Amino acid sequence: MALEELLDTSRIGWINSTGPDSDIVISSRVRLARNLKDVPFPHLLNGSQAKEVVKRVYDAFTSNSVLAKDARLYLMGDLSETEKNLLVEMHFISPDLAREDKGAVIISSDRRISIMINEEDHLRIQCVFSGLDPQEAYELASRVDDVLEEQLDIAFDERLGYLTACPTNVGTGIRVSVMLHLPVLTMLRQVDRMFSTIAQLGLVVRGLYGEGTEAWGNLYQISNQITLGKSEEDIIQNLMSVAGQIIASERQARRNLKGEDRLRLEDKISRSYGILTNSRLLTTQEAMGYISDVRLGVDLGIIKNLKPEDLNNLFITAGPSYIQEVFKKDMTPLERDLNRANFLRGKLLK
Amino acid sequence: MKCDECKKRPATVHITKIVNGEKTLMHLCEQCAKEKNIFSVSFNFDGEPLSMQKFLASFFEPMVSEFREKSQPLSCNRCGLTFPRFTQIGRFGCSNCYEAFKGQLDPMLRRLHGKTYHVGKVPRRTGGRVRIKSEIERLKRELQEAVNAEEYERAAQLRDKIRELEQKLGRN
Ligand SMILES: [Zn+2]
Ligand SMILES: [Zn+2]
Repeated sequence: MALEELLDTSRIGWINSTGPDSDIVISSRVRLARNLKDVPFPHLLNGSQAKEVVKRVYDAFTSNSVLAKDARLYLMGDLSETEKNLLVEMHFISPDLAREDKGAVIISSDRRISIMINEEDHLRIQCVFSGLDPQEAYELASRVDDVLEEQLDIAFDERLGYLTACPTNVGTGIRVSVMLHLPVLTMLRQVDRMFSTIAQLGLVVRGLYGEGTEAWGNLYQISNQITLGKSEEDIIQNLMSVAGQIIASERQARRNLKGEDRLRLEDKISRSYGILTNSRLLTTQEAMGYISDVRLGVDLGIIKNLKPEDLNNLFITAGPSYIQEVFKKDMTPLERDLNRANFLRGKLLK
Repeated sequence: MKCDECKKRPATVHITKIVNGEKTLMHLCEQCAKEKNIFSVSFNFDGEPLSMQKFLASFFEPMVSEFREKSQPLSCNRCGLTFPRFTQIGRFGCSNCYEAFKGQLDPMLRRLHGKTYHVGKVPRRTGGRVRIKSEIERLKRELQEAVNAEEYERAAQLRDKIRELEQKLGRN
């Protein structure tokens, strides 16, 4: 199975470049929901109808030899649980698609475009860029949309815009998300209050991994909720300005750490680096916390032998399925933690 | 949205919990979220507003019971989905459902989005007339703003543009 090539994170654009504000913003993602006009929505399709949708979408996309060059199609029905989980951890597909045997995903060779087929909607076009750059992500997603629309009749209504399976996505069908790394605001317990404010601006904030207010790796995701009655540009602008304020407060909070506070932080960061480079067992949750600390250390110039991109890589490789897929065998949780610790140490000391 | 746990405070923390591949959704207030200290790997994908079913069910409850009393529920003539079924599953069956349930959707859309009409991208190939129409709509709103701001020169320019597009629409 060609899925193995996805383990090579060096080929994932957003991980290995540094876009605008990438000291705080890991990535920007745009998703466009689209549907075929003449076909029932995926939840009403039988196996052969669903296959036909996959074929039509794949043919339409590959009609553009530039965007689709070396793109891969993965059918959910052909993948193992671990492989599907890996695609989820690497943000190529949603957990909902992973549960859907009728689903498929097309991933472009530069890993910036992924097109989910037969998720909740027939099409979910996604583009990811490094840093705070949702405009670029939207431009590319919109270009893919144009390519597909050349060949496919897309469900669109004059008054309601793009028609989607769920009324929460109707209109533009756009969901813009930015992934933020907020270690100091989290440490100072300022995120909760900020989230309540953001909720009132029509945006949603969630911890990217983890439970409750505990966001593993201090990674958070902000996205728009409203899709109808506002243009794509306005939705992006609104999100950008809120993200801009959060970025400014995280930077301010980092600068404000002086004297004893700064010393304690430097100590914490250096200890975390020590643990990552020395421990023999690491759970995903633990690893994420230490990686977050080291990433902050790199951003603050405390740790000098690593680049921010190295830590982006580690965030992905610390996930439960990545290790599973690299070692290609059933492992006990203890073995997994052992292999994870070895793998991360190897990456850091390379 | 109220907190699932205490049913009192507003839910500001949205959790996707995955246990053995089974997903459960929880909407909690900050306090309850802190008290519930359960750890398992979970992953939030793209900030989907969740629990749509619950929302729709409560939103349409009065209307649905009204439908139940009638013998024939409203349904989509293309995919067969009935309106009560839509409120249960929170999803339409096909793009024609929007047309079939047209009379029922505006209050829900207003509640979800604050608006009931689309502004933004229009398909390139199939959107020809729609593109022009939406451009006219946009210019008309701009014209209204210009008039309100007493910018008459700009208003005159906008009016000419609108006439030009309307002629184009008439010719097509
Ligand atoms: Zn509560
Ligand atoms: Zn229908």
